[in-house]
Amino acid sequence: MFRNYLKIAIKVLLRRKFFTFVSLFGIAFTLMVLIVITALAQHANSNGKPEIHSKRSLHITRLTLRHSNNSNEWNSSPGYKFLDRHIRDLPGLENYTIYSQFNTVAAYVGGRKLELSLKRTDGRYWEVMAFEFLEGRPLSREDEALGRHVAVINEATRDQYFNGENAVGKTLEADGQTFQVVGVVKNVPIYRMAPFSDIWVPISSAKSSNYRHQLGGGFNAILLAVSASAFPTIKRAFADELGKVEFTDPKRYDTAIAFADTKLEMISRSIVLSEEEGAGVEKFAGLLILFMLLFMLLPGVNLINLNMSRIMERYTEIGVRKAFGATSHGLTTQFLLENLVLTVLGGFVGLVLAHIALRITTASGVIPYANLNVNLSVFVYAMILAGIFGVLSGVYPAWRMSRQHPVAALKGGSL
Amino acid sequence: MIQFREVNKLYQTAKVETMALTNINLGVERGEFISVMGPSGCGKTTMLNLMGLLDEPNQGEISINGQAITSYKDKHVARIRNETIGFVFQNFHLISDLNVRDNVEIPLLYRKGSARERRILAQAALERVGLGSRLDHFPTQLSGGQQQRVAVARAIVGKPKILLADEPTGNLDSQMGDEIMSLLESLNRDEGVTIVMVTHDQRMADRTGRLVRIFDGQQVK
Repeated sequence: MFRNYLKIAIKVLLRRKFFTFVSLFGIAFTLMVLIVITALAQHANSNGKPEIHSKRSLHITRLTLRHSNNSNEWNSSPGYKFLDRHIRDLPGLENYTIYSQFNTVAAYVGGRKLELSLKRTDGRYWEVMAFEFLEGRPLSREDEALGRHVAVINEATRDQYFNGENAVGKTLEADGQTFQVVGVVKNVPIYRMAPFSDIWVPISSAKSSNYRHQLGGGFNAILLAVSASAFPTIKRAFADELGKVEFTDPKRYDTAIAFADTKLEMISRSIVLSEEEGAGVEKFAGLLILFMLLFMLLPGVNLINLNMSRIMERYTEIGVRKAFGATSHGLTTQFLLENLVLTVLGGFVGLVLAHIALRITTASGVIPYANLNVNLSVFVYAMILAGIFGVLSGVYPAWRMSRQHPVAALKGGSL
Repeated sequence: MIQFREVNKLYQTAKVETMALTNINLGVERGEFISVMGPSGCGKTTMLNLMGLLDEPNQGEISINGQAITSYKDKHVARIRNETIGFVFQNFHLISDLNVRDNVEIPLLYRKGSARERRILAQAALERVGLGSRLDHFPTQLSGGQQQRVAVARAIVGKPKILLADEPTGNLDSQMGDEIMSLLESLNRDEGVTIVMVTHDQRMADRTGRLVRIFDGQQVK
């Protein structure tokens, strides 16, 4: 039966080549964009090196300071003082790390200016993350405690600054400071915000120690829980800590709002601007689905339109099939299957286009150190997306088709 | 085999009501070959559609194969149509995207059976109508007479007890019409298929066992 349906589906598609091309293009392009987004999201959230503990990790990346009686409000990343005071004694932690956001700094080599990203980290950062070392060692708690001017650099920086030669033991000048290279790691793409940088140096090597006195600005933290089941305990304890924040000017700010979030919660919170404990993940998921549906709407409407015109050409076939025993349900299945053939075909084309787009993106260097590709899970997502697309755009025409009265259909039909 | 008891069929639109059939009482015995004649628009095709359960009467009762049709639910009538009835249409109504064999296989798609069984049955039906060598042709590659023979093969492939033919020779020249008529006669004679044929052609009607005349939706004695 399916062979017969498939034959019909392919014949109908070939009969109207231009419309098939337009539909396929619409589906393929839409799915390509969705696949690229999915690939990016998947790569950004993957549990691979260096973030091997991301399933046990909570992130503190935003701090809001507010006054309860007036409209003063200040939003930024947390400051070192805030994090240092309020996360170190939280229960349920195996480890934690404080690190700065990356800054773009200038480095000079052979009269050439390089713009590099520099991140300042504590020693624990290298215990929480599992970078792949090409040579040397990570920064240590001792480096941080003693304020050593040592640095770990990535492969790209070694290639640019040291012409690809061994860098450990050599010195590097960046941001007006001199560091001795102690390790070289593999490049990490920019969409993995926590581990990304070109150069990592100890926080304590900063030119000034002002950071030690600042509640807000410049730093993030990762809390590594003993297990994901400890998250509620950690979150509750961190919420309690917020009540203990000492404000330098209580007339200006007297309330601190921050959350220890999983990666998903962190992204969700930044988009739906939630101050709820659950980070508005459900709302975020709803928005995401709505966006995807809206994005699929235009090619979807186009496909529905094409499907309707295909039905009009096929009244007689509907009548004949009903006369020889097809049920409305059977015809709906046939039509949905035909539509799935088209959309899955579009899905495959979209997948090829997405693969090309991701290779071009990777090769172009637009996203530093990106290594995007379409892997098995992205492929599965893409086929699920194509399937959803196929069913959604086929349901209405199939429903109209199944309602066709056999006598009317045999006469040429009227819907 | 087919029994109509006081069957009425009314077509209603927003403005017009048309009584297509009025108080039809008709019995067709097993193995009979009857023809239905009457002027255009008199209700012949409506009667055939009611026999084929493609349409539902407003009043009266229809029995097919000894079974009164009390439910016109899609699934129920689809099964009876598939197992008991075969249709031949004036315009052949072959699916142009499918080859001859796939067209003939259509009724078999809606019942149990393997693809291999379907192929064998379709081939046998096509050989029965003299088109065993045209399995892979498409409808447009065949003459009108050959297309109608394919349509007959499609109608008989599922071995129905009843064959309903709506002007099966209406679009054919007299020689091809004769060929189709001979085919229907042999199906009736050799395989005992009950046939009801609507026709405008007295010559064809004369070759059937009984003639039913309809005029203005009523059976003429």
